[in-house]
Amino acid sequence: MTAYIVRRVLYTIPLVLGVCFFTFVLFDMVFSPRELAIQELGKHADEQQIADLMRSRGWDKGLFYNAEAGGLKSLTDTRFVNHMSKLLLFRFGRTAKTHEPIGRKIREGMVPSLTLTVPIFVLGLIIGICLSLMVAYFQATYLDLGAVVVCVAFMSISILVYILAGQWLLAQHLRLFPIYGYAGGIHAGRFLILPIAIAVIKGLGGDVRFYRTVLLEEVGRDYVRTARAKGLGERLILFKHVLKNAMIPVLTRTVLAIPFLFMGSLLLENFFGIPGLGNMTIEAVANGDTRVMAAMVYLGALLFAFGNLMTDISYTLVDPRVRLR
Amino acid sequence: MNGTDITEARSLWAEAWRRLKRKRLAMVCLGVVSFYVTLGVLDFIPVWHTVGTGEAAVRERGTLVDWIFRRAVGEVDKTESYAAPLEGRHLVGADIQGKDVLYKMIKGISTAIIIGGLTAAIYIPLGLLFGIVAGYFGGVVDDAIVYVYSTLACIPGILLLIALMSVMGKGIVQLCIAMGVTSWVGLCRLIRGETLKLRETDYVTAAQAVGASWPRVVFRHILPNLFHIVIISFTLGFSGIIMSEAVLSYIGIGVEPTTISWGTMISEAKMELSRDPSVWWQLTGAAGALFLLVLAFNVLGDALRDALDPRLKTQ
Repeated sequence: MTAYIVRRVLYTIPLVLGVCFFTFVLFDMVFSPRELAIQELGKHADEQQIADLMRSRGWDKGLFYNAEAGGLKSLTDTRFVNHMSKLLLFRFGRTAKTHEPIGRKIREGMVPSLTLTVPIFVLGLIIGICLSLMVAYFQATYLDLGAVVVCVAFMSISILVYILAGQWLLAQHLRLFPIYGYAGGIHAGRFLILPIAIAVIKGLGGDVRFYRTVLLEEVGRDYVRTARAKGLGERLILFKHVLKNAMIPVLTRTVLAIPFLFMGSLLLENFFGIPGLGNMTIEAVANGDTRVMAAMVYLGALLFAFGNLMTDISYTLVDPRVRLR
Repeated sequence: MNGTDITEARSLWAEAWRRLKRKRLAMVCLGVVSFYVTLGVLDFIPVWHTVGTGEAAVRERGTLVDWIFRRAVGEVDKTESYAAPLEGRHLVGADIQGKDVLYKMIKGISTAIIIGGLTAAIYIPLGLLFGIVAGYFGGVVDDAIVYVYSTLACIPGILLLIALMSVMGKGIVQLCIAMGVTSWVGLCRLIRGETLKLRETDYVTAAQAVGASWPRVVFRHILPNLFHIVIISFTLGFSGIIMSEAVLSYIGIGVEPTTISWGTMISEAKMELSRDPSVWWQLTGAAGALFLLVLAFNVLGDALRDALDPRLKTQ
């Protein structure tokens, strides 16, 4: 097991390096440094300002080879090495417009993001499993068929529509919730109920359908037939035998989602004015702030790799048949 | 079993079509998709028509849809800004400029077809090529391809799209390239896995044994057995592509705001809803058109998967 984990961690190293290199190609090689400097200073900057900024940022150096530095430094003091080492060591630099440290912004933005995504995740999981158990209990009836149709219909509605319609109906028309804004501490709840409700409802369609497929797959197995033959009640079989076994595929999907809770939600945060990481990303897009985007892409990849590892390990914990070597 | 019992051999496609035909819901969805495609195709037929009246009249090249709406609804009139549905000549109301919303909905179809088609034209050949090469040749080539797509798969989809779009800038073609780059990974994985399996089958071994060259094996024996995966992945992926367009256009990095698409319509609707009284028809129209097409593709995709390859269901 330990050997497996070590090997997996080692295997993620080239992937993470690959993602870093990808951000380098995208954000450093496509835009010329002059364009980046002009974007940051505005169109009316003079040549001296541009040259100064480029020197202070290290944008005047070569991409892969710095002829001026000489010696070994001509290979290490390049934009490529700078970009890679800064990202890998989590030194993200400052934002383009406001010159705030990106690392601090990310740490601060994580809290509002988590207050939004964790309740969505927990509520969505509980409600989804309860509903799918109900649907599985009534399998092969019209209720089951109707539920599947409703699920597919829910999946076919764009997230934008859920948000716009929910905001309009519940906040603007019925005035049940504030339309926009955020407050720290316990006051956050007032602002968060509506986006959480919208996201939970949005996710239900796909989740219930997935859980139902998993549950019904288990219902068809031999041990269920044996349990029925012993004379166990349908309800007992479903809740005690089937649910436990169906948890394995559900768990893998769930564990993979946990790391991404830190990333927040782009659209919800933007629509409801929650100052989390999703909102920060959208602001970065509007400002053309490539450093913030590179940092988010890098963090996203790290979290994904971590989630994958956790998924594999959680497999062995719930299913003793699975052995990692 | 005697000779008379042998039923007529059916190809995979004929068999799949037979199975699909039995599902009434899937056939209804096929009808819906065909209806959309027909409307979309009307918007690709160029027609010359006269814009304006009297002295100011100009001959302009538009599409058949433009022509039909000019004849049926008339010129765009700015005084009809936010005309409500069914009041006057606009069936689904008008937008801020007095443009007919139904017209914009139908224009949105051709935009959706272009985006879906172009994205598919980018990611399907990519996924097929790299999937087959990786699966068939194995070794270092396989390792390299798996490394590239694993790296891309590490980046959360929406972040990858945002990163690519902010570098390339707005526009339909850029959007399709970005979505092509994010979509080929899933297909490539499936194709690689299936090619690995097909490579070991008896008929491929037999073809290799009689000295068939690798292009012959690939094109004659492997590629035809992969098409069903392509079709399933396209049908199920289409909805995702159209929905991503809406989200990206809303964030401001999708198509140009001047392009009429369901995404730009929905983002215009954000401001309209907060007016008093609310202007809800542009949102309803665009969302309804999007919903029906996506729903039809989702149901049809599931039915196609069941008909062509039931094993894919667990993935």
